[in-house]
Amino acid sequence: MLAEALLVARKDLRVERRAKIALGQVAPLALLILMVFAFALDANSSLLERGAGGLYWLAVLYGGTLLIQRSFDVETDDGNMDALRMSGIGSTSLFLGKASALFVQITVLELILGPGIVLLYNVRVVDWVLLFAAATAGTVAFSVCGVLWGVMSAGLRVRATLLPLLLVPVLAPVLLAGSRAFETALGVRTGAGWTWAGLMFVIAAVHTAVGLGAFGFLLEEG
Amino acid sequence: MSAVVEFERVVSIAGSFPVLTGLDLRVEQGEILLVRGENGAGKTSLLRACAGLISVNSGNASVLGFDMRADRRAPRRYIGLLGHENNLYRDLRVSEHVEFRAASVGAKASDTAAALEQVGFPQQLWTVPIISLSAGQRRKVAIASLLVGRPQLWLLDEPHAALDTESRKNLDAILKDASASGATIIFVSHENPTTKDIASRVVTMDGGRIMEDSGAG
Repeated sequence: MLAEALLVARKDLRVERRAKIALGQVAPLALLILMVFAFALDANSSLLERGAGGLYWLAVLYGGTLLIQRSFDVETDDGNMDALRMSGIGSTSLFLGKASALFVQITVLELILGPGIVLLYNVRVVDWVLLFAAATAGTVAFSVCGVLWGVMSAGLRVRATLLPLLLVPVLAPVLLAGSRAFETALGVRTGAGWTWAGLMFVIAAVHTAVGLGAFGFLLEEG
Repeated sequence: MSAVVEFERVVSIAGSFPVLTGLDLRVEQGEILLVRGENGAGKTSLLRACAGLISVNSGNASVLGFDMRADRRAPRRYIGLLGHENNLYRDLRVSEHVEFRAASVGAKASDTAAALEQVGFPQQLWTVPIISLSAGQRRKVAIASLLVGRPQLWLLDEPHAALDTESRKNLDAILKDASASGATIIFVSHENPTTKDIASRVVTMDGGRIMEDSGAG
C-alpha cells in the first residue's frame, strides 16, 4: 500500500515539477496577496503585526486551493480519471499518494510565504515548536480535505468554481485555529496556542479517517 | 473455450438514460470482436460496462469470471481500456508516463522499452514531454501504456484513430499477437472494411443492444 501511495505521490510531484505551475504561478500569486495586504494596511503596522497569522493562512488557503484544483485537473484531463480507476492501485493508496503530494507542495508554498510575513509584516517568531506544529497540522488538514473535496468535484463541469465554494467552509476552522496558533507563536497573543494547534491535529485526523474510508466510493461515483 | 464476457439481458442506466437495454453478449477467450453501430448505439457504454466503469442495473453480467453486479471493480486489474481519450499525463515525458502505467498495474519498468518498441515509437522521442507530440504519436504512447500491462481483456474505442497506415497495420499485428496468446479483444470502430479484416467476429449495436452478430447461429 505504501509503495503504491509513493508511486502516486511521485507521479504527481513529477507532473508538477515539469509543469512548474506551483512554483512559477501559485507561489508568486500567494506572495502577491501578502504584499497587497502589506500595502493596504501599511499605515497601521500594529494591525498588520496582529493579523500576520491570519493573513498568512489566508494566502495559504488561496494558493492551496489552486494546488488542489491543479492536482485533480491533471486527472480529469485526457480521461486520466478512468485510467486511475482501471489501475491496480487501491483507493487508500490513491488517497494517501495524492494527499502526500499535496502536502509537499503546500509545505513548499508555506516555506516561501513564511519569510514573506517576517519581512513584510515585521513579525518575529517566539515559539518555533508551536509554529512548526501548527503549520504541519494545518498542511495535513489542507491536503486531506483537498483530496477529499477535490475528488468529489472532479467529475463536475463546474468544478473550477465549485471546489473553492466547498473547500472554504470546510477549511474555515483550520484557518481560524491556524491564525490563533500562529498569533501565539509570533508573540502577538498569549495563551491557548497549543490548544488551537491540537484542534488542527484533530481536524486533520478526522478528515484523514473520512478520506481513507470514503475516497474509493467518491472516485467511483465522481 | 471459456467465456470472458457473459452478459444476459443487461440493462445499464447512465443518469436517467438507459444506455444498455437488455443486451445479450458472450465473448470467448481469444476472440477479436468488432462492435459496430451508429453514434449513440451504446458501443462505448458496452465497453465501459465491461470495464466496470458503469454499473449494471439489471440482468446478469460477468467479466473474466467476476460477477459485475457484486463487485464491478474486481476484474479491472486484468483489463486494458483505451477510450476516445488517450489517458496521458501531458506534462510527463513519454518513458515516465509508460513507466508509471507499468508500475500501477504491477508490471516491471523494464517492460516499458519493449512496449514502446512494439508500437513503433521512435527511441529519440522517449524523453520528450507528451504535450509536444502529435496526435498519432500520443495514440501510440497510449497503446504502449496499455500493452505494458499485458491485459487479459482489451477494450478499445476507435484504437486506429489518428494512426497512419503503417501504424494501423502494426496495431492490427499487436492485436492478433495478443489474441493468439490468449487475450480477448473487444474494439469499437467505424472504419470499415479496414478493421473488419482482423476481427474474428462482428456485432452491430443499436439502441443499447446487439442487433446483428456474425457469430450467431
